[in-house]
Amino acid sequence: MSPAPSSGFHLGQWWKRNRKSILPPIFGIGGFLIFWQLSSSLGLTKLSGPLSLWTEERTRELLLYPFFDRGGLDKGLFLHTMSSLSRVALGYSLAAVIGIAVGIAVGLNKGLNRAFDPLFQFLRMVAPLAWVPIALVMFQQNQPAAIFVIFITSIWPILINTAEGVRQIPQDYRNVALVLQMSKKRFFTKILIPSTLPYIFTGLRISIGLAWLAIIAAEIVMPGTPGIGFFIWDANQNGYVSDIVLGVIWIGAIGLILDRLMAWLQTRISSSR
Amino acid sequence: MTASLSANPASTAAGAAAPLLRFEQLGLAYPTPKGPYPVLENINLEVQSGEFVCVIGHSGCGKSTLLNTVSGFSKPTAGQVLLHGQPIQRPGPDRMVVFQGYALLPWCSAYDNVYLAIDSVKPQLSDREKREIVMEHLELVGLTQAAEKLITQLSGGMKQRVAIARALAIRPEVLILDEPFGALDAITKEELQEELLKIWNTQKCTVLMITHDIDEALFLADRLVMMTNGPAAGIGEVLTIDFPRPRNREDIMEDPRYYELRNSALDFLYNRFAHDDDSK
Repeated sequence: MSPAPSSGFHLGQWWKRNRKSILPPIFGIGGFLIFWQLSSSLGLTKLSGPLSLWTEERTRELLLYPFFDRGGLDKGLFLHTMSSLSRVALGYSLAAVIGIAVGIAVGLNKGLNRAFDPLFQFLRMVAPLAWVPIALVMFQQNQPAAIFVIFITSIWPILINTAEGVRQIPQDYRNVALVLQMSKKRFFTKILIPSTLPYIFTGLRISIGLAWLAIIAAEIVMPGTPGIGFFIWDANQNGYVSDIVLGVIWIGAIGLILDRLMAWLQTRISSSR
Repeated sequence: MTASLSANPASTAAGAAAPLLRFEQLGLAYPTPKGPYPVLENINLEVQSGEFVCVIGHSGCGKSTLLNTVSGFSKPTAGQVLLHGQPIQRPGPDRMVVFQGYALLPWCSAYDNVYLAIDSVKPQLSDREKREIVMEHLELVGLTQAAEKLITQLSGGMKQRVAIARALAIRPEVLILDEPFGALDAITKEELQEELLKIWNTQKCTVLMITHDIDEALFLADRLVMMTNGPAAGIGEVLTIDFPRPRNREDIMEDPRYYELRNSALDFLYNRFAHDDDSK
């Protein structure tokens, strides 16, 4: 056979195998965008449609040039996003370190768990936005307050999952440690951590989403600094609706990437055992 | 009553044939809202050093609980278990357990599982000595080739071999096995029984083993402890199995005493102490 038809054949095969996973999302997303555009063109909603990302000149510029930097707050959305990400990284890392440490303590100690579990369950229900005034009063400064809002929003799933993981260490492993009279340190590194790791990563994955969700709330308290959250807040103050839509799309996309990244790490961890 | 009991161990400890292990009027009850639920009652047994003892009985009769009082995972609520005349307080490596579900760490290799045990129990040894002991015991159970494999990559029989290698590597005085071969196929089971006997012959540790299999007990044990049904289970009868050692499966099966022993064990389990479910 000549190579040309054979490669065409392969493409056909590939399409046959994958069309079921490619076509429905295209129809779904396309249908949604058309519905959105129509309802905005027909005046059913004041929200500008997806085409406004292109038709509004200010928004088109933001869409096409994410890397520009004219100093101050006049930056491309990529640069805004990077500022936000570094802020999230700080709050999230803090949540990870403290969440895992406290989670282990609470998981190992029934008394501590009974003392603090109701408090944790209560605090995790508080919305990120509600933490903003509290954080401002606590810290009196914008930067630490913003980090705190991200931290306090994202710590709970890490803490609660870690504690659950520690409680779920099979009795068999604990018995091995007992009969071998393992030192505390050895039990910690050889049994507790490896056994709890999948739970910790479940918590870390849920939390990265929450940390990112908190970014708008966190950056509301940081006027005058670059960040995607503040960008949206600012556009809102100015009534630039299509800018808000674009900012929301950036936030959604970055959140999706972060979640996929953690999911990938999670499968790496669980497949290595 | 307590006075006469406490006088007993002192007198036997002075004697020449002091038993390694001694169960004295042992009883164990779990607390429940409706009052204590007795699992074991009035257990008296002496085990000599180097003996191979099997324990048989219907499920739920408290065999595991009985051995847990030796390993130290369960505390008796009446009487006591003495090791070298001292009551057993807590788990320790001198009474190593081969757990029912192997209890190997799945994130470690076979080698690392055995190494971790030695490193925990004998930290004073040099790294080279530890490595030699690990390899020696993996070789003993025929796992030299699979040393670097992760536990998840091993078959059930191989996992049980690692568990046995781990237990033996720390040279316990008493080896406690809780139905070690229950989940294995017949051929692997017989292989491992023979390996266990061979190792026991060379290491001369004392073995306490729970089994459901009369033939297994007759092939392995010096004595077979048969337990009555719970609640408040006790020792019904102890069979002495004095086939000469080293044992060979075919020779034993040709011995007429084999069937006498087998029948009396069967009679005990299925007529005299038939389980409710079995008698129907």
